[in-house]
Amino acid sequence: MTLQTWIAAFLTLCVFSFLYKDNPFYRFAEHLFVGAAAGYLLAVQWQNVLIPNVWTPLLHDHKLVVLIPLALGLMMLARAWDKGAGIARWSLAFYVGIYSGVAIPGYMQAQIFAQLADAAKPFAPGWGAVNSALVLVGLLTVLAYFFFSAPHKGVHGAGARVGIYFLMVAFGASFGYTVMARVSLLIARVQFLLRDWLHVLPGP
Amino acid sequence: MTWVRQLLAIDRRIIFLLVGAGAALPLLFPLNLPVAVTPRVRAAYDAIDALPPGSKVLLSMDYEPDIMAELFPMSVAVLRHCFRKHVQVIAMTLYPAGTGLGERAISTAAKAEGAILNRDYAWLGYKSGFQVVMIGIGENLRGMYPVDFYGTPLDSIPVTRHVNSYAQLQMVINLSGSSAADYWIQFAQGRYHAPLVIGCTAVMATDYYPYLSSKQLLGLIGGMKGAAEYERLIDTFGDARRGMDAQSLVHLIVVGLVIVGNAALFISKRSGGDGGGPASGSMTR
Repeated sequence: MTLQTWIAAFLTLCVFSFLYKDNPFYRFAEHLFVGAAAGYLLAVQWQNVLIPNVWTPLLHDHKLVVLIPLALGLMMLARAWDKGAGIARWSLAFYVGIYSGVAIPGYMQAQIFAQLADAAKPFAPGWGAVNSALVLVGLLTVLAYFFFSAPHKGVHGAGARVGIYFLMVAFGASFGYTVMARVSLLIARVQFLLRDWLHVLPGP
Repeated sequence: MTWVRQLLAIDRRIIFLLVGAGAALPLLFPLNLPVAVTPRVRAAYDAIDALPPGSKVLLSMDYEPDIMAELFPMSVAVLRHCFRKHVQVIAMTLYPAGTGLGERAISTAAKAEGAILNRDYAWLGYKSGFQVVMIGIGENLRGMYPVDFYGTPLDSIPVTRHVNSYAQLQMVINLSGSSAADYWIQFAQGRYHAPLVIGCTAVMATDYYPYLSSKQLLGLIGGMKGAAEYERLIDTFGDARRGMDAQSLVHLIVVGLVIVGNAALFISKRSGGDGGGPASGSMTR
């Protein structure tokens, strides 16, 4: 058993101790995590981003074009001073423009058009038609629920009420999956404690 | 009724203990409950299984330690399947803390299947910027990754030598616990038409069902359950399958507690109670 395993087990127990009540061990683990994560992030960004993308191209390959993104990045830091906010806006404007240009077509294509095309396709044959019909009814009634420009009365109101049931089923399914996800995290920690630390479980 | 009031005012730490015991006991005394394979995971398995030997896939393991419980076993299972089929894997991550996890997943799977670095797989490591990296790979892989994680130029690595964009890849696999999956759908699949399989956390799984229906995804592996199904399909017994007994028992405990709690509240209100008053087990009081 390594020292790392003991440290990891101790920190796991520190975090679990919060389930009893807030205590200094929990707060120690919490603060240690924040500090270690920030330090790790900085080191990885330096090693994997700044050195290969800025340092090496500029100093070894003499690619002066790198100076442009470098300058834009440094201008972002000007926000730290009140008078530098205007300088930082140039970088932000560039970033927002590029991001919008990249993201909007991708989003429209993948999340809107492709999904609309799927919703409008013919019903599946056989029993699959029941599923297709449910999807269609769900789509129309949920859209009716989220249409707020007219009062939820009459046919529109009835559709919206049906839409609520579809939404509740969706939320229930999502919540069930969420419970499963959280339980998975607990199981992994218990596996670690019982197997890697206490060695009462067989190895992987 | 006194017992109902006591039940409604139960210390929540008793519930924590129950859940903790539910997670630990099945690990110590396995029940070996069956793991049924769902069509979504079967589709992901079939898509990878159909790749001919020598095919190349891009595997992006976009997660950090907070969700490794779900995605690490999934990564190992998918990698083992690829190595077993002699499918070459070019692996990467879009998260800084995913660097160590991704490398560990690859080495675990490679050790189990006898895969060799640079011959069977390449590890590109971390690169920042979701969309930029995805588009960059579509235009020029070397522009994004001139060297691999260990500093070896991609042209010197047999796995990556003839790969310059998605066009030379037979599939993209993304194992993610974040919006990275959306971007892979938008860019790798939507813009560059790369066949895409996604593995995600259980929390996210329902969000991606529509993409299966629209055929934007070839398959979907959701959470530890999905990972356990994949382990069953490749006939291994990893951490996900080991955890499924505990998963099932904790679910039963949660369902039981929900039923008992609601029944007690109902009985309390019928008998004119106020629902048990303040929760005596509150940790913040």
